Amino acid sequence: MTERPTTDTAAQATDDAAIDAAADAAAAAGSTDATDAADADRAPAPRPWRPLIVQILVLLAILVVYGAWLMLAPLTATERNTLNPSTILELTGQHLALTLVATVIVLVIGVPLGILLTRGPFRKIAEPVLAVANFGQAAPAVGLIVLLAAFVPNGFQASIIALVLYAILPVLRNTMIGVRGVDQRLVEAGRGMGMTAFAVLLRVELPLAVPVMLSGVRTALVLLVGTASLAAFVNGGGLGLLITTGINLYLFKVLISGALLVAVLALIVDWAGRVVEHVARPKGL
Amino acid sequence: MTDSDPRTQTTAAAESASGVASGRSIFLDAVTKRYPGQKRPAVDGVTLEIPEGQVVMLVGPSGCGKTTTLKMINRLIEPTEGRIVLGGEDVTTINGDELRRRIGYVIQAGGLFPHMTVAQNVALVPKMLGWDKARIAERVEELLELVGLDPDVYRSRFPKELSGGQQQRVGVARALAADPPVLLMDEPFGAVDPITRQRLQDELIRIQQEVRKTMVIVTHDFDEAVKLGDWIVVFREGAQIVQYDTPERILAEPADEFVENFIGSGAALKQLGLRRVREVEAADAVVAHAGGNAAEALRRAEQAGHNHAVVVDERGRPISWPSRRELSRMTRLPTELDPALPVVGSGATLNDALDTMLVSSAGATLVTGRGGVFEGVVDVETIMDAITMARQSAAERSSEAPVGTNTGAVDVVIDDEGAAVTSPQGSARDD
Repeated sequence: MTERPTTDTAAQATDDAAIDAAADAAAAAGSTDATDAADADRAPAPRPWRPLIVQILVLLAILVVYGAWLMLAPLTATERNTLNPSTILELTGQHLALTLVATVIVLVIGVPLGILLTRGPFRKIAEPVLAVANFGQAAPAVGLIVLLAAFVPNGFQASIIALVLYAILPVLRNTMIGVRGVDQRLVEAGRGMGMTAFAVLLRVELPLAVPVMLSGVRTALVLLVGTASLAAFVNGGGLGLLITTGINLYLFKVLISGALLVAVLALIVDWAGRVVEHVARPKGL
Repeated sequence: MTDSDPRTQTTAAAESASGVASGRSIFLDAVTKRYPGQKRPAVDGVTLEIPEGQVVMLVGPSGCGKTTTLKMINRLIEPTEGRIVLGGEDVTTINGDELRRRIGYVIQAGGLFPHMTVAQNVALVPKMLGWDKARIAERVEELLELVGLDPDVYRSRFPKELSGGQQQRVGVARALAADPPVLLMDEPFGAVDPITRQRLQDELIRIQQEVRKTMVIVTHDFDEAVKLGDWIVVFREGAQIVQYDTPERILAEPADEFVENFIGSGAALKQLGLRRVREVEAADAVVAHAGGNAAEALRRAEQAGHNHAVVVDERGRPISWPSRRELSRMTRLPTELDPALPVVGSGATLNDALDTMLVSSAGATLVTGRGGVFEGVVDVETIMDAITMARQSAAERSSEAPVGTNTGAVDVVIDDEGAAVTSPQGSARDD
C-alpha cells in the first residue's frame, strides 16, 4: 500500500517535467530544464497501468475540446485558412517526421557510442565525450539551427543535424549510466561461468540497463518534439510554423493553436515512451 | 570482443564437462600476479597443490591476495607468471571462457541475474555447452532438489522473490549445473545472517558428501574454514602461505604467532567443533522403563555404582534422568518428559555436547542415536580425553600434507615442486 503514493508522485514529477519541457518548447525557449534530465537518470519504480491510462485520456480530451473550439470559434478568413484540418495534419506529419528521423539518428549514434564508452579501453575518454555532448545541449537550440542553416541549404536537413546534436546527450548519458550501473558482481558472475565479454554485455548488462536507457530515449523524444518547433525558422516545416506565423501576423489564435498542439504532441510522445518502458522493462526487476 | 565463437567451443567443452563425475586436482605452479604501478606483487609465487575431491579453504586478512589467488585458478585474473594445472592438464594458455565453463564459480549472495528466473539462471552453463532442452530441464530439477529447493515452487521465481539464503542455494546449483569437477567459491556465505549461514554450511557439507567435488573456498571467517575445510591455507599479505594443513593441526600447532592470532582465542574449544559425539566412547548407564518400579531401578543403580538411572519410553527414547536420591523418594518412575533433560544426538559436535553439559547440573549428557533412541552417556572427562587425544594425533600427522609454498622461501622446496608437477595427485590425503 505504501508503494502507491510514491509511484504516483514519481509519475506526477515526470509529468510536470514533461509539461515544463513542452511549455519551454512551445515558447521557443532554448534551454531545457534540469529536472527532466535528472529524472531520466533514476531507474523508474514499477508502475501500475492506471496513470498511463489517465494520461492518454486527458490528452485526448484536450484534443477533442480543441477540435470543438476550432469548429465553433469565430475565426477570420486568414485564421480559418491557416488552421484548416488538412494543414494542421500536414504540419503535424512534418513535425513527427523531424522528430522521428532525428530520434533514429540519435539512437544509431548514441546507444552504440554509449556502450562503447563503458568498455575497458574507452572508459578513459568517456568524460571528454560527455563534455562534448553536454556542449551540444548547452548551446541554445535556436542558435544551433540558424547557424547550421547557414552551411546546410536544405532546411529539413539543417534542422535534423541541429536536433541530433541537441538530443544526443540524454541517450548517450543514460546508456552509459545504465550499463555502468549494472552490479559489477553480476558481470563477474557471468564471466566466471564462462560467458564471453560480448555475451555478458548482450545477456546481462544491456537487459539490466534497458529501463535507464529507455528513460533516456523518452527524454530525448520529448526534447525533440519541443525543439522541432524551431525548424520553422529555417524553413524546416513542422508545427512551429503555426507559432511563427501567429507571431509575425499577430494571429493570436494561430499562435495559441501551434503552442497547444506542440505541447499535446510532446505529451503524447512522452506517453508512448512510457508505454514502451512499461512493456519492455525486464521481468524480475 | 573476444576471439571466441561459442558454437565452435561447445563440443570440446561439453565433452570435458559431462564425462567427469567427481573432482580433479588443481596445481598452482609458482603463480605470481603483479599489477602495473605496484611494487609488491599481489600474489607472490604461490605453489599450491589442491587434492582432488577435497575442500580447501583459503583464509587470511582482507587484502592478503586470497581472492586473487582463487580468481587465478579459473583465470578471471590472468597470472603474470606461473602455471595452472587442472587434473594434469596445463590450462594456463587455453581459452579462458572455455576453461571457466568447466569450473563452477560461486560468489557472495549468489550473483544471480535478476532478470532471469531460477531455472534460467541454473540453465546458463548447460545452454552454453549446447545441451538439449529436455536434458537441461531434467538437470535443473535435479539440482534444485540437491540444494533443497522444491523445483515446482521455485523454478519460475525471480531472484528478488527469494530470501538471501535461497539465492545462495540457487547460486550453488548454478555452479554445479554442468557437473564441473572443480568448484570455486568467493566468500559464499558472507552476505547472509549467522543462522542461515550455519544452515548453508551444513547443507554444503551434505552436498559435498554427495558430489565429491574439488572445492576451493575463500573466507575471512576462520571458524567457517575449520567447519568446512579438509585443508586450510592461511595467507598473509602478498599471498604468502603461512600454513597449509588440516584444521586439526592448525588448531593444535599453529605455525607462528600470525596464525595463532588469526585463529583467535579458544583454539582448543574450536577443536571440539571438529569432533562428533559418535567419535568418542559413550559410557553405559542403568536403563529403566517409564512407569516401572523405582526401588528396583535404585537397586540396580547402586549395584552398578552409578549415581543416576536413565528412564526411557516404550521406543527407547530418554525422558528423564533421576539421581539415586530422587529415585529413593519415588515409588513409580516418571512417565512425563523432563524439559531440562540434557540430551544431544550422536551427530552433534563435542562443542554442542559440552554446552549441554554446562547448562545441565549433571556434568554429563545423554546421547541419542537414530530415532532419538538412547545410546549412552558422555561426561566432561570423556571430552577432556578427546581433546588431549586430538592434539596428540594432530601433532603426529604431517608427511601426508599437500604442497603449499611460495617460491624463494626455501631452496629445498623447489625439488618438492618438481615432484609435485609430475604427479599433482601424488600426495593427496587418503581417508
